Amino acid sequence: MVKVEFLGPIGKSPVEVDASTLSELAEILKKDPEVAQWLEQSAVAVNDTMVESLDVKLKCGDKVSLLPPVCGG
Amino acid sequence: MVLIYNGPIDVQSLLSSWYSAEHNRNYGAMVTFVGTVREEAGIEALSFDIYRPLLDKWFEGWKRRLEKEGALLAMAHSEGDVPVHTSSFACAIFSPKRRIALEMLDAFVEDFKANAPIWKYDVINGKRIYAKERSTPMAGSGLLAKD
Repeated sequence: MVKVEFLGPIGKSPVEVDASTLSELAEILKKDPEVAQWLEQSAVAVNDTMVESLDVKLKCGDKVSLLPPVCGG
Repeated sequence: MVLIYNGPIDVQSLLSSWYSAEHNRNYGAMVTFVGTVREEAGIEALSFDIYRPLLDKWFEGWKRRLEKEGALLAMAHSEGDVPVHTSSFACAIFSPKRRIALEMLDAFVEDFKANAPIWKYDVINGKRIYAKERSTPMAGSGLLAKD
């Protein structure tokens, strides 16, 4: 299982899902209306490293973070 | 590591501690930036969420970049509520000569706005409202929305 956390204003508790690539995870998250609306605007980190490819492999225990638009300062 | 304050930054003691720690280490310039919450649009405070693991990674990348120029970087940010006329962000760059510090401060603060994992909310009548219109999607956003 992969742990998915939703940061900042997404405001959803973490979930555990069964996915072996980011591509598979994307298909699962698109079916959740609460999350789907954030996908277009969110960046993604796997185990606290930013990623930019859907081909990234996931293994049991990995942590995927969704990061919506930011504004520090 | 970024210094995180729960609520407003104690700016005077922070800047004083940064200066005290570095002024005798032969840096010819110390350039600082302090962000203070303005009273506007009926807000009583701003409020912040921070994702610390990635904030520290992002910050360490900048620190290494500045070290290559012989410069030193320090940063503090608030988490939680920061009332108007108090400060939520402070940074300082120390460099042997002023030019590097002045130029890098601008680049650092611009990247901070675009890529530091921090989320801002307006606090109005005690309610936190995500500052969506003022927020910027991070590099690589939209990956999971692709077909």
